[in-house]
Amino acid sequence: MSTTAAPTRTERLAAGTADYLDQRTGLGAAVKTFARKIFPDHWSFLLGEIALYSFITLIISGIFLTMFFVPSMNETVYHGPWASLDGVQMSEAFASTLRLSFEVRGGLLMRQIHHWAALIFMAAIVTHMFRIFFTGAFRKPRELNWLVGFTLLILGLLAGFSGYSLPDDVLSGNGLRIADGVALAVPIIGTYASYLLFGGQFPGQDLIPRLFTVHILVVPGLILALIGLHLFFVVLHKHTQYPGSGRSNKNVVGYPLFPIYVAKAGGYFFLVFGVIALMGATMAINPVWNYGPFDPSPVSAGAQPDWYMLFLEGALRLMPGQAEVVIGGFTLSLNIIVPAMIVPGLLFTGLAIYPFLEAWVTGDNREHHLLDRPRNRPFRTAFGVSLLVAFFILVLAGSNDLIATHFHLSINDITWVFRFLLFLGPWFAFWVTKRVCLGLQRKDRELVLHGHETGRIVRFASGEYIEVHKPLDAHERWIRVQHDGIRPLEIEPAEDSRGVRRKGYRIDRVRQRISKVFYEDRVEPVTPAELAAAHSHGEHDALAAGDAHAEVTAGVGAGHASDHRDELAADARDH
Amino acid sequence: MSTHDNGHEAGHDVVVHDGDALPARFENPGFEKHHPRMGDLDEGANKKSERIVVGLFAISILGTLFFLIAYFAWPPGTNAASMRRSNVALGLGLAFALLGIGVAAIHWAKALMNDHEKAEERHEQRSDDETRAGAIEVLKDGAADSAIGRRGVLKGAMITALAVFPLPIVLALVGNIGEDWNIGQLKHTMWKKGTRLATDPLGRPVRAADVTIGSVWHIIPEGLEKQEHPLDEKAKAVVLLLRLDPRDIKREQGEGWSYDGIMAFSKICTHVGCPVALYEQQTHHLLCPCHQSTFDITDGAKVVFGPAKRPLPQLPITVDDEGYLVAQSDFHEPVGPSFWERLK
Repeated sequence: MSTTAAPTRTERLAAGTADYLDQRTGLGAAVKTFARKIFPDHWSFLLGEIALYSFITLIISGIFLTMFFVPSMNETVYHGPWASLDGVQMSEAFASTLRLSFEVRGGLLMRQIHHWAALIFMAAIVTHMFRIFFTGAFRKPRELNWLVGFTLLILGLLAGFSGYSLPDDVLSGNGLRIADGVALAVPIIGTYASYLLFGGQFPGQDLIPRLFTVHILVVPGLILALIGLHLFFVVLHKHTQYPGSGRSNKNVVGYPLFPIYVAKAGGYFFLVFGVIALMGATMAINPVWNYGPFDPSPVSAGAQPDWYMLFLEGALRLMPGQAEVVIGGFTLSLNIIVPAMIVPGLLFTGLAIYPFLEAWVTGDNREHHLLDRPRNRPFRTAFGVSLLVAFFILVLAGSNDLIATHFHLSINDITWVFRFLLFLGPWFAFWVTKRVCLGLQRKDRELVLHGHETGRIVRFASGEYIEVHKPLDAHERWIRVQHDGIRPLEIEPAEDSRGVRRKGYRIDRVRQRISKVFYEDRVEPVTPAELAAAHSHGEHDALAAGDAHAEVTAGVGAGHASDHRDELAADARDH
Repeated sequence: MSTHDNGHEAGHDVVVHDGDALPARFENPGFEKHHPRMGDLDEGANKKSERIVVGLFAISILGTLFFLIAYFAWPPGTNAASMRRSNVALGLGLAFALLGIGVAAIHWAKALMNDHEKAEERHEQRSDDETRAGAIEVLKDGAADSAIGRRGVLKGAMITALAVFPLPIVLALVGNIGEDWNIGQLKHTMWKKGTRLATDPLGRPVRAADVTIGSVWHIIPEGLEKQEHPLDEKAKAVVLLLRLDPRDIKREQGEGWSYDGIMAFSKICTHVGCPVALYEQQTHHLLCPCHQSTFDITDGAKVVFGPAKRPLPQLPITVDDEGYLVAQSDFHEPVGPSFWERLK
């Protein structure tokens, strides 16, 4: 390194390049603005990063795969190193997948990396979305970015499904057959939708090339564009942060992009890619050579789609067949329409519009940059958990045959249990979660008002026993009192002062009713006045350790009984 | 700039109850003290962290080298063991190459880079009133320049032209994308009077005498491979052939559709079209492995459990002069999943 004033060769080169670029682009201004931009730090902010990095991994491995994959349904006869399929008739898509797996060096690794990355991509999107949901990061000004993210979720499902079907193996072929069955069930236009998809009858000759275009051009192009928009919004809004000392709605506290996040986020990309490579190296996935090429006749038992499609599969399995009806000679397959369209439609629409619904019933149009602790929003947290429970029950229902064979249970019994659970589970989860949130809030209040239990029991000269509580320091307290206590909306009366019926009263009533459902049960944060009141009747908090009181060892039950003692002590002093 | 409706947020103006000395809310206590890391206090620990980062980058380089060697040393070969070895060796090399860089960079950031938190101000997203007024002004100017407000016919013509120009592309696409859009094909299969039942996939005709009681045969129509689109035909025409003790048969879908206890049912599930391939011999139930629709073949293949509504269509069969099983006709109803106009 140079210690003299004269610049080294490297420095001169860097300065020259920077000057060249700046004169042509004005890059200097952007570097000055963004290089030291502050981002807050929290493990839960990494979920979205996993999604981004697994997508980059998908692109890198995907480009490799396109060099060798042949997206064609033309029939060919396989001759190659995989002896058990030698001489078997199959599509060129399947044959090229075999070549890619067995003859291209590193091809199998890239295939497995690509498939694992897709599973992780979807998992990261879903967990990231629920992090956003449970912490209220979707609130103003980020509602539009919530919708961008929601669209990315749908596109991710499309990318996954279209890619999964490309090898033209018997397992994914049956998945397509199911997709065809679902398309056919659409009222009025279903048959045409199926013809549109397959270019005529199932399976036809067109599907693989069409899916290929969708999978490598249309969907990833849209995903890339929307990721760009998604990240643009993050920079524009600045990242949200968790509440804490020194953190407010008007600042963002963390570390600068350069160098901390260049190193951390850059390193994290390699970490995500590395873990996926490790999975591709050691864990076999989608071994299509064991399934064989697509043929409409055979099927294997215990066949499962990739995890993100399982909820649809589960919904299809649970719906009883009696729901299909014939009206005026036309067949309405409610046994397919309900589970494959209406149920997921409701789940997804609920997710997409939630931010707008919540803002409406909260009467809230402020900007929010501080995240909620999930316990402080009992309704939202409970609602999110019940959506997740519904999702997981459907996922389990999509695996009912595996549950039956692994645990030696009757498949009919399992299906019936899930049919009931689908309705009872989310309801029960909502109730439990809401109670847990309210309980945690009460615990926060209790801690703020009375401090930590120390286990130190003190006897006064009068013979009275108390447990010494250690008050929370300002930082510990702040995290528990910083939030707003939100109350149900109050609306104007139905008639004004002259007794004239007010316009828009009815919609206000609806709004108020929903608002009550959201916020009626609540625990308010402690106010300074409440804390002062708690201190004035509980002076034992202030007892110094060295006080000349006799001290006895706290028993196991001391903690439970301490509230009672507080009251006793207060009573005693009142007399 | 921020307006006062954000004002009650942490750290800013605190609302005070009237006649009460205590504020209504607690005040943000400000940043916590920075806790120095081991390396901030001890030069030796700092050096050690640096050595660890260097070591991690070295692991990455070794991983890359290992990949390069493995690429040439262990080709996939021609058996399962050699393919697995090639994949594991290449994958581990790549994984170490990547993980080394990742862990090194993150450890560097956490252990060696400045870890003092910094704060940046936020500003409201909304532009101020002046900017908004300016924006409206320039839009008005532009509209005035175009004089679009005064030229109604021009506006109408432009909107119409823009609205209809995508039609040629849409028409060409929709016209071709469904091939001939002949949805009537869904209602028929290639079975017809006299078509022999042949084994799947070899295509050998089946003699009634070869079908023993309790056996199950996967059947295709003879001559399937000579069709223009064999897979399309196969997707509709596959059949399961079973022979029951005639005394076990409670009901059939049509009088005389079976031959001496031999019955043929469409293999395509009436739910969403999976092949119904699992036969339970004791109960005479057919089970679809995809969604567990269960069909009782002693009772006209009616649904006894699961998401399907309709029985699997039965193919009327008989034997020809040479003793081979043949179809009496096509199926009497469309096979496979339901669709809107299936009964029309």
